[in-house]
Amino acid sequence: MKRLSWFNVTSLTFGFAFLYLPMVILVIYSFNSSKLVTVWAGFSTRWYGELLQNDQMLDAAWVTIRVALASATLATILGTLAAYVLVRSGRFLGRTLFGGMIYAPLVMPEVITGLSLFLLFKPIFNQLGIHTIILAHATFSMCYASVVVSSRLVSFDRSLEEAALDLGATPFEAFRLVTLPIIAPAVISAWLLSFTLSLDDLVIASFTTGPGATTLPMKIWSAVRLGVSPEINALSTIMIGIVTIGVITASLASKRAAVRRAGEERAAVRT
Amino acid sequence: MPQTVFAPWDDPNEKPLIRFQNVTKRFGDFTAIDDISLDIYTREFFALLGPSGCGKTTLMRMLAGFETPTEGTILLSGQDIAPVPPNKRAVNMMFQSYALFPHLSVWENIAFGLKREGKDKGTIETRVAEMLKLTRLEKFKHRKPHQISGGQRQRVALARSLAKAPKLLLLDEPLGALDRKLREETQFELMDIQEKTGTTFVIVTHDQEEAMTVASRVAVMDEGKLMQVATPDRIYETPNSVYVADFIGDVNIFEGRAHQTGDKVQMIWADGQPPLSCTTSKNFSLDQKCWLAIRPEKIAISAERPQAANTVRGKVIDIAYLGNISTYHVALPSGQMIKAQAANTRRIERRTFTWEDEVWLSWTDTAGVLLDR
Repeated sequence: MKRLSWFNVTSLTFGFAFLYLPMVILVIYSFNSSKLVTVWAGFSTRWYGELLQNDQMLDAAWVTIRVALASATLATILGTLAAYVLVRSGRFLGRTLFGGMIYAPLVMPEVITGLSLFLLFKPIFNQLGIHTIILAHATFSMCYASVVVSSRLVSFDRSLEEAALDLGATPFEAFRLVTLPIIAPAVISAWLLSFTLSLDDLVIASFTTGPGATTLPMKIWSAVRLGVSPEINALSTIMIGIVTIGVITASLASKRAAVRRAGEERAAVRT
Repeated sequence: MPQTVFAPWDDPNEKPLIRFQNVTKRFGDFTAIDDISLDIYTREFFALLGPSGCGKTTLMRMLAGFETPTEGTILLSGQDIAPVPPNKRAVNMMFQSYALFPHLSVWENIAFGLKREGKDKGTIETRVAEMLKLTRLEKFKHRKPHQISGGQRQRVALARSLAKAPKLLLLDEPLGALDRKLREETQFELMDIQEKTGTTFVIVTHDQEEAMTVASRVAVMDEGKLMQVATPDRIYETPNSVYVADFIGDVNIFEGRAHQTGDKVQMIWADGQPPLSCTTSKNFSLDQKCWLAIRPEKIAISAERPQAANTVRGKVIDIAYLGNISTYHVALPSGQMIKAQAANTRRIERRTFTWEDEVWLSWTDTAGVLLDR
């Protein structure tokens, strides 16, 4: 292997430091025993303990998890259906437009998505709250879900569905019994991605929230404005942990499935 | 003992199982199937033969229900099947890629169609066991498709498509993925299974040997049209066009002009050469352009000029020695290359001619077929 030059080593170090130094500092300070965030006074898990006593924080965490579970499920269902239609139905009038419109929210500034959702929800619902956050999160994470699922569907052998139809399955049965089990790994990683996105979101949740529905990122944001407490560091560390595990699981699952699928399809389709 | 010959297509009282009536299929500007009318009878093993892109697969997919005709009707047992979706047709298909469900075991693959019919557990188990026995797959029933060989996968696909006892089984290039030896074995196996089950088979293939081996009748297709529909021996012996003659097996084609007297035709084909004589039942007008097609095995090759209706002189350019027979490539003075086949009844060192030798080619006046297109 080629040795890295000093230039490569330096740029790599700077790059990773730039990306991860803030998080590393946050994680280190979450184990600080001092009440002052910037002064190191020895290792302690005291703030994790205090966090567990903080009902407001626990409430916010519970809201966040419920929102993430519901919106990820909704987004995955809608995203899978959208991907299925786009990949399967061939050419129809406005297909390109429809396809483009599904992916457009990927590049839309969050503030605009949030504001437009707020303007939409306000007249429809009496009160904004957890249900509107769920809908809003499902809306923006659905496009990510559909990108993940459609990339799998593109390589899906269409004759498998035709075979199911030929053997007497209705189109829905063909989807449920043949297509879905085979694309399941992609659907699962779409769900995990949507879950993570919902967990992280602050901007859109802030726009679409109502009384009594404060998510964890919102809680952290408002708490920090009154001054950073070591408790927040502990909480953030936990969130970093959850997101990291989620992302790693999703990518491992889809990678392993891709390897296995490639082998199985090669074997099943041709000698 | 006289045997009844299976030839329902010659019986005017026989009702066809499938009837294509002036079927045309267009994809945009492209005409895949061009005004085809065709009858296929119960218990037939019918082969659709043609080069890729000739429309044979489209014709089959219309039977399965994955395509609908642009014009014309397809009748299955007298009923128009256009409005029937693929999952409601008594037709099953064996896919070219086999399309086995990778997440299901061999047993579950075969049972898939039966379960969709809502059959009870006992019936399904009996039927699947029957199919496993028919295709000799009992040992592999718990395996997944990627854990078995190509030949076994092919048999799973066949068992799965036969499990519902369809009126009609469609086979799309079923043996394309198998090696030559396995393919030949499987051809006979297919014929055996077709006879045992009494199912009507329609097979799509581009391999003329395969079509000739398995089929009761062959339809030769080109560019969306049926060129000829006949039994394998008639397709081979009496092709109706240069295209069919050339597509099936080896053939020599002489082009010339016809001079007909009765059933004899003298064909003027080259300056300074005596005309070729042959018999025909067709009528040719004077000087009509025509083609004489002769199979290599019907041309004799000799060092001395023999007594025969047609003799031409040429020079041996190439000899393909195949053990039991040899194919000689002989150049005529006009430059045309003629293939002649001879059985190697004598030892190779005792042959009287070899490369670069002048030889005589000869054939009788009934050996060839005179074609008008």
